[in-house]
Amino acid sequence: MKTILAVDDSGSLRQMLSFSLKAAGYGVIEAIDGEDGLNKAKQQTVDLVLTDQNMPGMDGLSLIKALRAMKNYQSVPILMLTTESGDDIKAMGRAAGANGWLVKPFDPTRLTEVVKKLIG
Amino acid sequence: MSYTTQTQTSMEAAGESAGNEFLAFTLGREEYGIDILRVQEIRGYEPVTRIANAPDFIKGVVNLRGTIVPVVDMRIKFDLGTPTYDQFTVVIILNIGGRVVGMVVDSVSDVTTLTPEQIKPAPEIGTTFDTDYLIGLGTLDERMLILVDIDKLMSSAEMGLIEKLAA
Amino acid sequence: MTIDMSQFYQVFFDEADELLAEMEKLLLALDVSAPDSEDLNAIFRAAHSIKGGAATFAFTDITEVTHMLESLLDRIRKGEMALTPEHVDAFLVAKDVLTMQMDGHHHGSSVDQAAVDNVCQRLKALSQGAMADAPVAAPAPAVATAPEPVATPVVDVDGNCRFRIELPEVPQKDVDALATELGLLGTIEQEALDDKRAVFILTTGESQDNIVAICSFVLDPDDLKITYHAAPTAASADAVPGTPAEDPGYGIFEPENSPATAPQVSTPAADAAAVPAGEVKNYGRRATDKEGASQESSSIRVSVEKVDQLINLVGELVITQAMIEQRIAALDPLHHERLLNSAGQLARNTRDLQEAVMSIRMMPMDYVFSRFPRMVRDLAAKLGKKVEFVTRGAATELDKGLIERIVDPLTHLVRNSVDHGIEMPDKRKVSGKTEAGKLVLSAAHQGGNIVIEVSDDGGGLNRDRILAKAKSQGLPVSDTMPDADVWQLIFAPGFSTAEVVTDVSGRGVGMDVVKRNITAMGGTVDIRSIPGTGTTIAISLPLTLAILDGMSVKVGEEIYILPLGYVIESLQPAAVDVKEVAGQGKVVKVREEYLPLIPLYQIFAIDPRFEDPSQGIIVILESDGKKAALLVDSLVGQQQVVVKNLESNFRKVAGISGATILGDGGVSLILDVSALLRSSRQLNADPVFF
Repeated sequence: MKTILAVDDSGSLRQMLSFSLKAAGYGVIEAIDGEDGLNKAKQQTVDLVLTDQNMPGMDGLSLIKALRAMKNYQSVPILMLTTESGDDIKAMGRAAGANGWLVKPFDPTRLTEVVKKLIG
Repeated sequence: MSYTTQTQTSMEAAGESAGNEFLAFTLGREEYGIDILRVQEIRGYEPVTRIANAPDFIKGVVNLRGTIVPVVDMRIKFDLGTPTYDQFTVVIILNIGGRVVGMVVDSVSDVTTLTPEQIKPAPEIGTTFDTDYLIGLGTLDERMLILVDIDKLMSSAEMGLIEKLAA
Repeated sequence: MTIDMSQFYQVFFDEADELLAEMEKLLLALDVSAPDSEDLNAIFRAAHSIKGGAATFAFTDITEVTHMLESLLDRIRKGEMALTPEHVDAFLVAKDVLTMQMDGHHHGSSVDQAAVDNVCQRLKALSQGAMADAPVAAPAPAVATAPEPVATPVVDVDGNCRFRIELPEVPQKDVDALATELGLLGTIEQEALDDKRAVFILTTGESQDNIVAICSFVLDPDDLKITYHAAPTAASADAVPGTPAEDPGYGIFEPENSPATAPQVSTPAADAAAVPAGEVKNYGRRATDKEGASQESSSIRVSVEKVDQLINLVGELVITQAMIEQRIAALDPLHHERLLNSAGQLARNTRDLQEAVMSIRMMPMDYVFSRFPRMVRDLAAKLGKKVEFVTRGAATELDKGLIERIVDPLTHLVRNSVDHGIEMPDKRKVSGKTEAGKLVLSAAHQGGNIVIEVSDDGGGLNRDRILAKAKSQGLPVSDTMPDADVWQLIFAPGFSTAEVVTDVSGRGVGMDVVKRNITAMGGTVDIRSIPGTGTTIAISLPLTLAILDGMSVKVGEEIYILPLGYVIESLQPAAVDVKEVAGQGKVVKVREEYLPLIPLYQIFAIDPRFEDPSQGIIVILESDGKKAALLVDSLVGQQQVVVKNLESNFRKVAGISGATILGDGGVSLILDVSALLRSSRQLNADPVFF
């Protein structure tokens, strides 16, 4: 089973991510912010990282950069969740090493669609 | 006949939930049976704390591992035999829908499995209990068990154990 | 895949509640003239998070309001707009509206659409108003230094970054060698600093790591300073290929830009090593954020039932331990030294365990205190008063059951202080006080109790008026009564303090209700007041409802527990002091007062040892300002008892409030004193129980 790390400071979003992804047959590890996400990513190399951008403390971009700096995360797909659909945030995400983005609000169908595209 | 229909309904209900296993106990000279799944444990009789102004058959309350549990004496309630309290007196601790009640009986015999064929409708007259509280009569070789719908009995207004029915 | 989104609503509501509360707290604490940038960020984030959740769950009305709130907050936190008191007011109103909308979705309560429209208008006006005279200067230095995304690299169309690499002082040949090496990574330009040190501008798709790695051949990476350099061409929408024409709400960057070749811009280590202190990216994490986050990740949610079950089991253990202690007390210490030592150890461990388990139910007073700043602010504004509100000891813990029940009485008292305690600004000025009154809400542990005080520096209670009013109501008072007794009069039922005690007329404040609620919790209320200086109302409560100070009394063979809070005294009356009142039962004369006699044996139909009050003991009880004498056979003692619920397996019994387990494992019933006193009047005319 492929494992996905879902990083979001919002509990309801996390719950929804987790539920939808589990329903689609993925394993899910939740993290409440960038730092938590980084720690959990260190404990276990996951198959995909989904991260919110705007979080207290370490934000999504910083997390992505930190992950890309880790040997075992050089090629793990990372998807940004963001309410900003603006292009500059996408550019920043891309530069930081994200593979794609998903604009909130999203429904579970879109979520699994994009996840499938990335990790099957 | 409405009576038969009623009995069968309760038999079915009991059959589904009970798996037809009954705990047999005696009150006076009669032998009774109740759904084993309602029985939490069986204990000896311990002194109770009396509840003022409660009916006679409500003996009082006891401490069951930190929770306060009322104890009723079925012998008094149904006027069966002499209510004596000694080292042989038994309290069946029932769990009825999350509420715990102690029931004093003369003795506990065994756990019996009864097939639906062994359970006959209770006669309309001739038992101490209102037929509303009976599932039927169980026959086992020479024995006859009066099968009590203990859920219904314990939640009845008659027993006065539950708030909404309090006087 | 269809998923029922409503299953996530509860978490969203809980979370939004917390965020709104946090937002309000931060807003109230904001210094408008110099707002803390971190606070502004946190407020923004709260609005942002709620918006995200609301949008996900399609609560469009909430999304709409939070969107306006968020964009306005965003401009303020970025320093594009100065924060004004009008903003704070509007934000607070918006918070209320959001709470209302949330309740509407959650509980189906009605939503005042006019209020929603109103706040939207207000937020819109504020953002437009600012448009007119925007951009304004940054409101405060805190905002001016709001962290820019310093670590954000600028990427050009080819996915390259421009790095600025500042070298330490190294020989020129090393600089040249480095330039050649780094030049292989992309295009390199070289500049010189004033102090002759060399600076490279490198445009490359390689990671900062690799740059550091190359440099480390000739110099210590710690001396290196690598930053992002402004791009020659601004990153534009074109920089993000893969944006489909029809936006599905997500996108994947073009395939060849796979993670392996994605710009790897920095490592935490390199950041720390290469970026001087001033430029180290500030994650903007405040201590409190960290605390909250770590609390969340290291705590679990457990149902109250489970905790109570645990408390029950430990209670059982305590009793078992007491039984063992009792049984081995008779043993010869010489022969059983080791057993006795172990039993002592068991006693200590049991006590510690009980304490630890009890603490699970404890919650900080902040849960209650946090709702007052807003109330005080609004009330003061309405009354035209100035109030400085201070809370102390918000971390003091109290049992969850009690904390929920203290809210109403405290609300009464705080409201009272603002309404009737603190004077109008001009009046305060005349009295030589500061214009703003001070209202202090504090909590502290004192022994086994928590003491909660509501203290104001207002006008104080008016002794003469209270006495006059009491006399007119026929209460037994004298002009020489001590102050403390006079103040207690305001708790008498029907004693409308508002009209009498202060000049501000208003609704009658139910101080009797406050007192009754607190007594019901096993607590006491004391008043200290000095004319012209202020009033302090001190509430003392037991730390937990689960434990009660009780007096055990015996009637016949039964032992009952009386909550000590209701007991004034106990005595054996002289036969002459007991009088029969026709049709009213007996009364007892105690200190020149005739009190109705309540024979417990009669109420509970017990065979007592003594029917004659002069042979038994009477316990004088007081509840709701009403006194009575309870006749019992004897007093057994005083002890702390663990309160058990009778109704969980049985039903409510008239005259009984609960039960407890005695040291021998038996059950004793706790008397419901208020009910006994309430019914004492009709007692003889009509049997009240059953």
